[in-house]
Amino acid sequence: MLEIENLTAEIDGKTILNGLTLTVPAGEVHAIMGPNGAGKSTLSYVLGGRPGYEVTGGSVRFNGEDLLDMEPHERAAAGLFLGFQYPVEIPGVSNVQFLREALNSQRKARGEEPLTGGEFLKLAKEKSALLKLDPEMLKRHVNVGFSGGEKKRAEMVQMGILDPKFAVLDETDSGLDIDALRVVGEGINSIMRAPDKAVLLITHYQRLLEVVKPDKVSILSQGRIVQTGGPELAVRLEEEGYDAVMAA
Amino acid sequence: MSEIADLPTRKDEAWRYSRVERLQGVPLDQWRTIDVAAGESFRDTLVVADGEATKPTELHRWRVTVGEGATCELFAVLASAEFARLEIEVVLKKGAHFELGGIAVGGRETVREFVTHMTHAEPEATSNQVVRAVHWGHGTGNFLGRIDVVRDAQKTDAAQDFKGLLLEKGASVNAVPQLEIFADDVKCAHGASVGQLDENARFYMAARGVSPELTQRLLAQAFLGDALVNLDNEALRDELMDVALAKVDRNL
Repeated sequence: MLEIENLTAEIDGKTILNGLTLTVPAGEVHAIMGPNGAGKSTLSYVLGGRPGYEVTGGSVRFNGEDLLDMEPHERAAAGLFLGFQYPVEIPGVSNVQFLREALNSQRKARGEEPLTGGEFLKLAKEKSALLKLDPEMLKRHVNVGFSGGEKKRAEMVQMGILDPKFAVLDETDSGLDIDALRVVGEGINSIMRAPDKAVLLITHYQRLLEVVKPDKVSILSQGRIVQTGGPELAVRLEEEGYDAVMAA
Repeated sequence: MSEIADLPTRKDEAWRYSRVERLQGVPLDQWRTIDVAAGESFRDTLVVADGEATKPTELHRWRVTVGEGATCELFAVLASAEFARLEIEVVLKKGAHFELGGIAVGGRETVREFVTHMTHAEPEATSNQVVRAVHWGHGTGNFLGRIDVVRDAQKTDAAQDFKGLLLEKGASVNAVPQLEIFADDVKCAHGASVGQLDENARFYMAARGVSPELTQRLLAQAFLGDALVNLDNEALRDELMDVALAKVDRNL
């Protein structure tokens, strides 16, 4: 589903991704772990197409198509979802309006009929309930006045509504308390665990991986994947630390 | 000849950012008078939108008196004409309230301006002005806001807030707040700022599938919405916003 090959990317002339190769087939949850500054967030932004992140080499194919050739909004319509480590506040735009416009933009791009107001609200309420987010919060402006945990849950509600094929989740577990972590983890399972979907789960901690059980775990260090294994690799990292595991 | 000699020039502070050359043949001495009697409420709107009735220069000069305990609310959208200017002189009596919500949008070489002069002539009056300007091309938006609080006008509460959003290089806004306060127990707040579309918000919206055009519309709507917050008629609010957004959409 996602094939990253020898990807290099830089920000302000500084190389961050340095020959990264990774394949995530449909049906797989692939966790990416790595020390600070390894390039984890950069990887997510490069996949999302954020301006300022310049790809200098390599390729990314998404369902056979050249992902890097698409505009950010086209990538979303093609089925890519980027869960932000720091979800952005947008004063003056309500969640309901934003998400309805987003969903209908994607549907339009795929040649599907737009959802009516009523249909959309039903879907939004259903997904809010799944993530235990008060549906009243959807009437509020996007992420404005949300706590850290509410922002992350709202990200997952967005994911539920947009129903992507592939999700790149950048430290979705940061800022969550233990209960919220479980809710968010189960939300990810419920929304993304399907034979025709896949997840790239960027995280620092083993705890989320106890709920969202990854099929594979890779270590990202200095801009490339240095080791890939099963879920036991995450356990070892938690116990021994990056230096010890990578040196072994 | 005398008519030309009487035209204001850019040396005149009140016309400094205007397109004074556009004033040829425009009657300058026509003032609309609005007198709101004591205890009454008055609301009106001005919409300068594309259409046959809109002239290349749209000059609107209003003199408003808000009587004791009365309320006057004015909402205006300047979205068309080469040069559109709404000038409002307001005198507030005891305990009166004046509200202005102003929206200016324009591209090319157009100039839109709000020029206001509040005189808090008696105690306990309040005034609130919120003006938002979105420009692109070489469009210009101006806000010249003067507030005078006379010596006896204690407990005055006056606020003015202007923000400009520039969608492209080449567009500009000018803000000239001017406060003259002779009473000592008053609140006067003023703010002016200018900025661009928030890059983080743009990418966030794109990452959810919203096109750049729609993103611009949603962010412009959010920005302009401040000017209509105190208009408690939803249909009217939508109508005014639609005029402004239609212009932003077409980028003309």
